[in-house]
Amino acid sequence: MRQFLDMGGYAAFVWPAYLVTLTVVVLNIVWARRALERSRAAARRRLDARGEQP
Amino acid sequence: MSTPGAPAAATLASAATADADAGAGATPVAGAIDAARLALLRDLKLAFRKRGQLVQPLAFFALVTMLFPLAVSPELSRLREMAPGVIWVAALLASLLALEFLFRDDAYDGTLEQYALSGQSLTWLMFAKTAAHWLLTGLPLALMAPLAALSLGAPLASLTGIVGSVAVGSVALSLIGSIGAALTLGMKRSGALLSLLTLPLSLPVLIYGARATQLAISGGPLLAPLELLGALAVLGVTLAPLAAAAAVRISLE
Amino acid sequence: MTWTWFHRLASPPYVYALAARLTPWFAWPAALLIVAGLWGGLVLAPPDYQQGDGFRIIYVHAPSAWMSLMVYTTMAVAAAVGLIWRIKVAHAVAASCAPIGASFTFAALVTGALWGEPMWGTYWEWDPRLTSELILLFLYLGYMGLRAGIEDTQRADRASALLAVVGVVNVPIIHYSVTWWNSLHQAPSVMRLDKPAIAPAMLLPLLSMLLGFTLYFVALLLVRLRGEVLARERSASWIREAVSA
Repeated sequence: MRQFLDMGGYAAFVWPAYLVTLTVVVLNIVWARRALERSRAAARRRLDARGEQP
Repeated sequence: MSTPGAPAAATLASAATADADAGAGATPVAGAIDAARLALLRDLKLAFRKRGQLVQPLAFFALVTMLFPLAVSPELSRLREMAPGVIWVAALLASLLALEFLFRDDAYDGTLEQYALSGQSLTWLMFAKTAAHWLLTGLPLALMAPLAALSLGAPLASLTGIVGSVAVGSVALSLIGSIGAALTLGMKRSGALLSLLTLPLSLPVLIYGARATQLAISGGPLLAPLELLGALAVLGVTLAPLAAAAAVRISLE
Repeated sequence: MTWTWFHRLASPPYVYALAARLTPWFAWPAALLIVAGLWGGLVLAPPDYQQGDGFRIIYVHAPSAWMSLMVYTTMAVAAAVGLIWRIKVAHAVAASCAPIGASFTFAALVTGALWGEPMWGTYWEWDPRLTSELILLFLYLGYMGLRAGIEDTQRADRASALLAVVGVVNVPIIHYSVTWWNSLHQAPSVMRLDKPAIAPAMLLPLLSMLLGFTLYFVALLLVRLRGEVLARERSASWIREAVSA
């Protein structure tokens, strides 16, 4: 296990690289879902505003 | 302050009349070239009324060049090494500055709209405007570049090569820049965005131009990079006015 | 016959619903392939005889670089389609691509730097590949900047589409000139980010990651696409049902 974490001495480079990539992967998922939610909310608001007009 | 689109419309109308006068033999291309020529002359005439504005990019170029000896070292041998890079970066930045003027006045007073609606080839008109822009900024820059080079320790023998490379390269820069300028039409404070759009596309010009200038200074054969610069300019002439015309239409929608 | 599916793909309500249905079909296989790739790359693959365990960065660097290029190409193609045939859905696809591509270009640059320092002694080098990747990041930022600068969505779509097309035409020119420039200066190509001499145990996890990331991109695209499609729709009829769900 320790050998795994140590990455043959390259731990200081390998793990940050994986961390950065993983962060970008997760962030993209979060952003995408948030963007969709925001669009849906905006669409709902537009519909409500129009619905109130006679 | 600027007269509204009337002069432009008159310009194009007269081109159309010339077309009609010539009768059945007149080709649409002839009309387009006439219109382009008139647009070019108009741009040159208008620019000379505001001579102060013309000088600004050149003054900027000179100033930026001057920054480097002050910021780095007055040693001519060191400056000579940096000279190609300094000249080209300064020229690139100066032409970016000048690009903001390419469409600004015409967009503001409605001339550009007249051009788009005139029925004349917008592509040719874009070519004309870009040509005028080059004559007013790129060419003067090319003529000033030798002075900058001399101040940075370049030998006299290199000066023709420097004028040549900057002249050809600035043609490509004006053309590439016209696309970005057309896309950012009407945006306030579009300077930074215009730079962000234009600089990546201008990198090949910078690379070959700086190399040509470097060879000119060191006395080497600069034909190869000069030819590549020329190829970029030709490619630009063929494609850029088309893209700029499309961009203008999009921006005016 | 063949045109029916093309027309349907241009229909916002159809695309909105289809994207929702398709997303899990890409998301779950992507997750599987990525986890398998990580396991294979981090655990199963033997250390490289030259780079030791440090080579394992390739399993995140190569997919990031691949993403940055693939996404830009997708963006440019979608932009061209939207520009030529005036299809809003195509513009929606292009808009969805940009933030994804930009972030993975960033990841590619960072992971590349982290690979370079221990292997070749420098975080950064102006070699053709890294330099081109950096330029690609600026192309993305320019695209996103132009979009952000134009308020009218339709105008923003068309302007940025033109920019994307002009950009993609320039990419080979830029790459060629950067390679030429780099070769001139005889910079010892210290950073060779080619894949190391590949044993199957090393190659298979890499392929798994590349495929997994591709599917992941499609899943992300489908999610973003739905939002972008919604934002471009004014007519209430199909939206009412779609967003109240």
